[in-house]
Amino acid sequence: MKNLKKVLGIGVIAVASIFIIAADHIDAPAVQGGNSDITDFYAFQAEEINNLVFVANLQGLLSPSATSNATFDENVLVEFNIDNTGDNVEDLVIQAIPRNGKMYFFGPVVPSEIGVASSIETTSTVGGVVDITTGSSAIIATKGDMSFFAGPRDDPFFMDFAQYSAIIGGTASSFNMPGADTFAGTNVMSVVVEVPKSMIGGTGTINTWVESKRKQ
Amino acid sequence: MALVTFNCTNNDDTVIIEQSPDFSGVYMQEDQMGRPAVNTVFVSADAKDQFNVTVPSNQSAAFQSMFQTNLEALSPAFANPGDTNALGQTSAAFTSLLATDVLNVSLDGTTTFYDGTNVLTGRALADDVITVELLLIFGGEDFSENPGLSNDNVDANDKPFLTSFPYLASPW
Repeated sequence: MKNLKKVLGIGVIAVASIFIIAADHIDAPAVQGGNSDITDFYAFQAEEINNLVFVANLQGLLSPSATSNATFDENVLVEFNIDNTGDNVEDLVIQAIPRNGKMYFFGPVVPSEIGVASSIETTSTVGGVVDITTGSSAIIATKGDMSFFAGPRDDPFFMDFAQYSAIIGGTASSFNMPGADTFAGTNVMSVVVEVPKSMIGGTGTINTWVESKRKQ
Repeated sequence: MALVTFNCTNNDDTVIIEQSPDFSGVYMQEDQMGRPAVNTVFVSADAKDQFNVTVPSNQSAAFQSMFQTNLEALSPAFANPGDTNALGQTSAAFTSLLATDVLNVSLDGTTTFYDGTNVLTGRALADDVITVELLLIFGGEDFSENPGLSNDNVDANDKPFLTSFPYLASPW
């Protein structure tokens, strides 16, 4: 029994580590569980069809009790990258950086440098600022035709991640019917910005991705 | 450099110094993401940090072969010559698309990961992206292969989304 317990204990640890390593929500050793860890990225047409919405979610799997203590790190820049020429190099960025309870947005603007290093584009004439939401009621701000939000939200991602991990780990051979949403009841720290399509290319297809960058 | 402004009030003895936030410095990349679950599924454990600091324009050259190896290990049918997924992509073609981890988004209308008609025109909150990816990995040419691996049977979020900004549901 003691030996069995020991074996089971090891088994649980092995499954847990697969879970942690495998989740895009907590996806790489350098960032996992930290405040620069991007969990998800969305880009979709807004309620106002001439606008596009970008969503970056960070710090996944926040329990309701942990959510009230979660904050954005003032040393972490969230940057939405937009390529509208098809070469997968950013032509425009929208930057979000927190300072003293507010999230400051810069852009869309042509970045002064491309790639893994960024400076805050403070000379950008567009952008806005919003009070960071701390409770459940969303504080939003608008400037021009742009809208801004930053704060905790329900994690919009849904997946039976536990069963996926069991399959990958070799302890299950298929998904369950019905599946169980591993992310049910958990929150993320969200940054949401809505921007006129005319400011990011107008028509056609863009390539877009989100980055988190830490002040050196 | 922080900007400092001086505002004089009616009281000549008081000078209010209002300091705007300091946005100086260089910020270096730690994480990045385009399409859902790409780093999770296709990047080997010891390369996940490297992937996160490789710019998208360099990702295909650096990672496509790793993606193809990992895809064929995950779904062995792809290793058979000529085997494709429902988009008609061989393992080489599919991983060439995935290795450049950017989200393709149409500015002209429907934005969805896949809705039966539109493919990779964006990612909306309600899109069942994991089932789409499972179908493309395990479902074979017509989505009929490996039904037990092609749908996680979680089809919607646990809270309804909002129709207006900020669209995401309130936290638990």
